[in-house]
Amino acid sequence: MELHDVWFVLIAVLWIGYFFLEGFDFGVGVLTKLLARDRAEKRVLINTIGPVWDGNEVWLLTAGGATFAAFPEWYATLFSGFYLPLLIILVCLIVRGVAFEYRAKRPEENWQRNWEQAIFWTSLIPAFLWGVAFGNIVRGVKIDGDMEYVGTFWDLLNPYALLGGLVTLTLFTFHGAVFASLKTVGDIRTRARGLALKLGLVTAVLALAFLIWTQVHTGDGWSLAAMLVAVVALVGAIVAIRVGREGWSFALSGVTIAAAVAMLFLALFPDVMPSSLDPAWSLTVTNASSSPYTLKIMTWCAAIATPLVLLYQSWTYWVFRKRIGTQHIAEAH
Amino acid sequence: MDLALAPETLARWQFGITTVYHFLFVPLTISLAALTAGLQTAWVRTEKEKYLRATKFWGKLFLINIAMGVVTGIVQEFQFGMNWSDYSRFVGDIFGAPLAFEALIAFFFESTFIGLWIFGWDKLPKKIHLACIWMVSIGTILSAYFILAANSWMQHPVGYRINKERGRAELTDFWHVLTQNTALTQFFHTITAAFLVGGAFMVGISAFHLARKKHIPIMRTSLRLGLVTLIIAGLGTAISGDLLGKVMFKQQPMKMAAAEALWDGEAPAPFSVFAYGDVEKGHNTVAIEIPGLLSFLANDDFSSYVPGINDVNKAEQEKFGPGDYRPNIPVAYWGFRWMIGFGMASLGIGMLGLWLTRKKLMLAPGLRTGEDEVPNLVLFKSKALSPRWGRWYWIVALWTMGFPLIANSWGWIFTEMGRQPWVVYGVLRTRDAVSPGVSQGEVLTSMIVFTTLYAILAVIEVKLLVKYVKAGPPELTEDDLNPPTKIGGDSRDPDRPMAFSY
Repeated sequence: MELHDVWFVLIAVLWIGYFFLEGFDFGVGVLTKLLARDRAEKRVLINTIGPVWDGNEVWLLTAGGATFAAFPEWYATLFSGFYLPLLIILVCLIVRGVAFEYRAKRPEENWQRNWEQAIFWTSLIPAFLWGVAFGNIVRGVKIDGDMEYVGTFWDLLNPYALLGGLVTLTLFTFHGAVFASLKTVGDIRTRARGLALKLGLVTAVLALAFLIWTQVHTGDGWSLAAMLVAVVALVGAIVAIRVGREGWSFALSGVTIAAAVAMLFLALFPDVMPSSLDPAWSLTVTNASSSPYTLKIMTWCAAIATPLVLLYQSWTYWVFRKRIGTQHIAEAH
Repeated sequence: MDLALAPETLARWQFGITTVYHFLFVPLTISLAALTAGLQTAWVRTEKEKYLRATKFWGKLFLINIAMGVVTGIVQEFQFGMNWSDYSRFVGDIFGAPLAFEALIAFFFESTFIGLWIFGWDKLPKKIHLACIWMVSIGTILSAYFILAANSWMQHPVGYRINKERGRAELTDFWHVLTQNTALTQFFHTITAAFLVGGAFMVGISAFHLARKKHIPIMRTSLRLGLVTLIIAGLGTAISGDLLGKVMFKQQPMKMAAAEALWDGEAPAPFSVFAYGDVEKGHNTVAIEIPGLLSFLANDDFSSYVPGINDVNKAEQEKFGPGDYRPNIPVAYWGFRWMIGFGMASLGIGMLGLWLTRKKLMLAPGLRTGEDEVPNLVLFKSKALSPRWGRWYWIVALWTMGFPLIANSWGWIFTEMGRQPWVVYGVLRTRDAVSPGVSQGEVLTSMIVFTTLYAILAVIEVKLLVKYVKAGPPELTEDDLNPPTKIGGDSRDPDRPMAFSY
């Protein structure tokens, strides 16, 4: 295994980390409309992710930075090619971050309601668009001999990618509902479980269709194995939430996300961005990667920093391990 | 295509707008994190309530500010790929590494511990909670270091080779990239300039309250902390600026010649106080100068030769082929002056403030004030300023808040525009760095979207800051004074509301 293969794996790990973590906080954002009955419940949901969403989002920045460093061509083609969807995602992430921090900073009804609307939409839209983006990466897009994306914005909105978007949206919302049931107490916890079950079933149908489509389109033995893990974990997560085992359900919905992302990366390998125009023009781990020297330095950095990050981020979750309910939300401050 | 709307021009405008905007929040975040951490340390050590109230007050303003810093920073991470894909392809092997280091080491640190700090008041023992804000502070400074190392490589590329076969620059010595003198001096200069912003911020807001005789003990302490920060940072900025200037005279003589509108080399070279000239013809029509000073700034003596714009242009034409290697001279010249002028003005106002509000030195005993009194503003030994003049000092101090921000912005505009037409000096031209596949419409769209969004957020943010500034330091609660002893919080009452919630 050469260093650029290691980095392909590491980039996959970063995206898994991102979707696992920000997946549930996107989901919780969507649930502020689907699950919460009043403002107090909205605040309970928002506060389940309050201390952690920012740290979760850094997984994305790291995935971006690491792609830049390890696969500059991939970084350049992907972000200049998927220009408008990325612009929308960036706008959402900007507004979303501000919305969390500022929502409770003024008492006016209008102020709070607007930021709550913002939290819902800016969670929903990226949750959908990331699926569209990954759908397109795996499916292959119009890339020319100079590694430039030559398709249009509308080319990105094909049925396979749109299905991918629905899968990430529903999967993240399911993952978020399970997380909410695990982190809340009282009536909202019971309803979170009930909603998680329904969301789980919808997710299962969509995810199964998408994963099979992927497997048929570009899969191999390895991706099939990952797919099976994803499917089994998803069924397990649904069963677990049905019988009230929230911790198990959350772990399994996390495994579902990890295995599904792993499957997409396995289906990609050794390409990183296949060209739909000519396979010879595809970006691969070889022609898109940095020099061995840069990869070596990056490997050292990742080998030291990543375990530390996991350690102190896990510690954060332990510090904020207590469930919260409407009684824990301070009136105003 | 109309040059004003060429993708290169638009991409540059977008980079300028989003980066200058981002950098309004960055220096305040860096300095307020450390200053808040300092105040909280004082609380933990002395248990004086005023320090805790000060921590909460400045901490809240810090959070309102860092939220904007964080979200506008996301754009920076992706903008290189979006608008500058040829740049990313050409230098990613080198430039990407410090960015990835920044994310892996600094961003994670900062973002994780900020969550712990915000929500941790009733979840973490006092000292651990304090450690969290220090972690945030370290994170912000590390982040600055890595990104400045990356920028320094654009100013002065080192530790690389050109791989002709792959058509790109490749890293050969990462240590050199991280430790070259451009990176170190630029880091020194940027960090001190950041503390200039934080110091002035504290001085201005404390002055606002003291002028109204409100929240006196806390604002008195804050004023002093702000003034001392302002002065140390101001001196540091001047020293580091001089060092960075000397480095730049060697590494980018064109930038420094442009900063001085020095068209033709001179020995000794004068420092320009005011100049107005003809860019096309390459000379000044009006020039007020201090003889020899530029030689000193460049080389530490008053007689040496400093090359001019026309000389460097000719030398670069010989080295890199025909073309115009001059940056936008008026922007470089005036940007350099606004940077120094506003930066040093805030230092001066800080020095004046510290003198006027001194506690004992050369101060008649009758004019000394206690902890809960607004300090008298005393210029000479035994005579306080008249109320009218005193009021003026407070007003000027309030306005000073903006000065370092203006200085910081112009500093960046100067150093980035002064490097043009190069994006990586001597290696890659800006016009060769843009994304060839991105259309004019796309760049225009994103520029309009970001500019509009940023403008709206600026209004929201400033209003919110003003609201919390006016509200003053919060009253302390029982819970504030009795922090938990166990990680995760004490289990006195399972239904107790959280100390902080969104």
